[in-house]
Amino acid sequence: MGNIGVILMLVLIGGGLLWLFIRALRGREVDRRVVFAFILVSVALPLLLTITFEMKPTPVVEALYDRIDSLPSGSRILISFDFDPPMAPEVQPMADVITRHVLAKGHKAIFMTLWATGQSQFNVTLQDVIRADFPEKVEGVDWVNLGYKAGNEGVLNVIRTDFKKMFPTDVNTIPWDSIPILRGIRSCSDFELVISVGGGKPGVKEWVLFVGDPTGVPTAGGVAAVVAPMLYPYYPRQMCGILGGIKAAAEYEDHFRKNYPVFSDMKTPALVMMGPQTVAHVVILAFIVIGNVLFFVARRKEVRR
Amino acid sequence: MRREIPLGITIFVGFLAIISFFCPPIEGLGEDFTLFFDIIAVFAFFLGGGNLVRIHASKLIKHKADWAYSIVTLVGFFVMLAVGLFKIGNPGGISASLTAPGSLFSILYMNLHLPLGSTMYALLAFYVASASYRAFRAKNLEATVLLVAAFIILLGSTPFGQMLTFWMPDSLDLLEIPNLAVWIMSSPNLAGQRAIMIGIGLGVVSMSLRLILGIERTYLGEDRG
Repeated sequence: MGNIGVILMLVLIGGGLLWLFIRALRGREVDRRVVFAFILVSVALPLLLTITFEMKPTPVVEALYDRIDSLPSGSRILISFDFDPPMAPEVQPMADVITRHVLAKGHKAIFMTLWATGQSQFNVTLQDVIRADFPEKVEGVDWVNLGYKAGNEGVLNVIRTDFKKMFPTDVNTIPWDSIPILRGIRSCSDFELVISVGGGKPGVKEWVLFVGDPTGVPTAGGVAAVVAPMLYPYYPRQMCGILGGIKAAAEYEDHFRKNYPVFSDMKTPALVMMGPQTVAHVVILAFIVIGNVLFFVARRKEVRR
Repeated sequence: MRREIPLGITIFVGFLAIISFFCPPIEGLGEDFTLFFDIIAVFAFFLGGGNLVRIHASKLIKHKADWAYSIVTLVGFFVMLAVGLFKIGNPGGISASLTAPGSLFSILYMNLHLPLGSTMYALLAFYVASASYRAFRAKNLEATVLLVAAFIILLGSTPFGQMLTFWMPDSLDLLEIPNLAVWIMSSPNLAGQRAIMIGIGLGVVSMSLRLILGIERTYLGEDRG
């Protein structure tokens, strides 16, 4: 039934695009409402039919995976949730799978956020990953949430040398010194790895500039696809891995569940989203081709005149 | 004095921030100044909130265009403000975390803010498709280079790109579409990004110096003296 649905979808979209292509050869423009309708169908149908793909991790994604995996169990990793609801569909799956990997490997996870909305986004991970998959992990011992602090780069400037000064308590107002996981942590240099998940400002770039580079602590990040090109200048010397967009999240999810069979049935939102993304991208490419056909047809007509 | 005092504060704090970065004994002083930002930010929150209410209340009272949307804005603002400030519906009471799962704030956030924000972002897909159809045309050499790069990046960000070139031998690994996409990002894109970043960096340094030395004064507002 699923395969029939996929074939019908491909016939519907492919047939429609072919019809538009033939019209374009005759020099007939495509109304933008038709473009919108095609995008709606190419996003909605793969979601309903749940098309998934096998993913091969690209080197930048694999680098972060390997870094987390190669650290000795019990290493302390700082994860910052620097995003808001508009970015969440793209970066929340990254935050979830990284958290799952960190805890599955037996590392200690310290969460914080530079965005006021990041605190609520962390709650999504708390419910879907920490409470669901790791009920045995104890808050304050295996993981802790320090919460949100206003101040953007100013916060990073302070925690670079003195973490407690900026976060005297965790999100539940438990004093820093009473939290076992935080014992021995004075500054960002005391972490084995810092990961920021976000796409705006302050975000991954600010973590690299204000923390990673001055302290030398390995830094990595997960961002929306449109932000990823701006981070490549920092890879691999100042960043040890980049997850750019939902494809990178899907690669990470697939790689993780293959290497950790216990989690083979885990939720894979990024892999589910690859279906709509793939079909929508192919449709956009088809429209670019149609647009160029129209352009050359119009130019030929002009030359003839 | 309306200009001299802010100018003096800027010069003093600017120089202190620079010196504290290079001089470890007074590093803590620079951090303290950073902490002051939190206090200033509180006033900015008041200013921003007050401004939002003023603009939308005026729009509502004067029945300006689209005034009905201002009702939604104001109701949303005051409901979240009340729930957040007084921790209404917080299972753990006034001392517990506001965003703890199960709190009214969290329920409103998860069921209203999160889907609305995601929907707004999702609308971009429609505009990107329409813009790509109209803008990516091979009008000249530069536009063609951009078109080809966009084509490879778009294909490379889907498993479809991998499927198209999976048959290639290992010796031609670099020509596989996902690898080509990575190459575009890590070579030509990298060069362009670095040039932009160096330009921005130099601009920031010169602008900061102008501010600290009191040459740039536009932030003080209109000169009526």
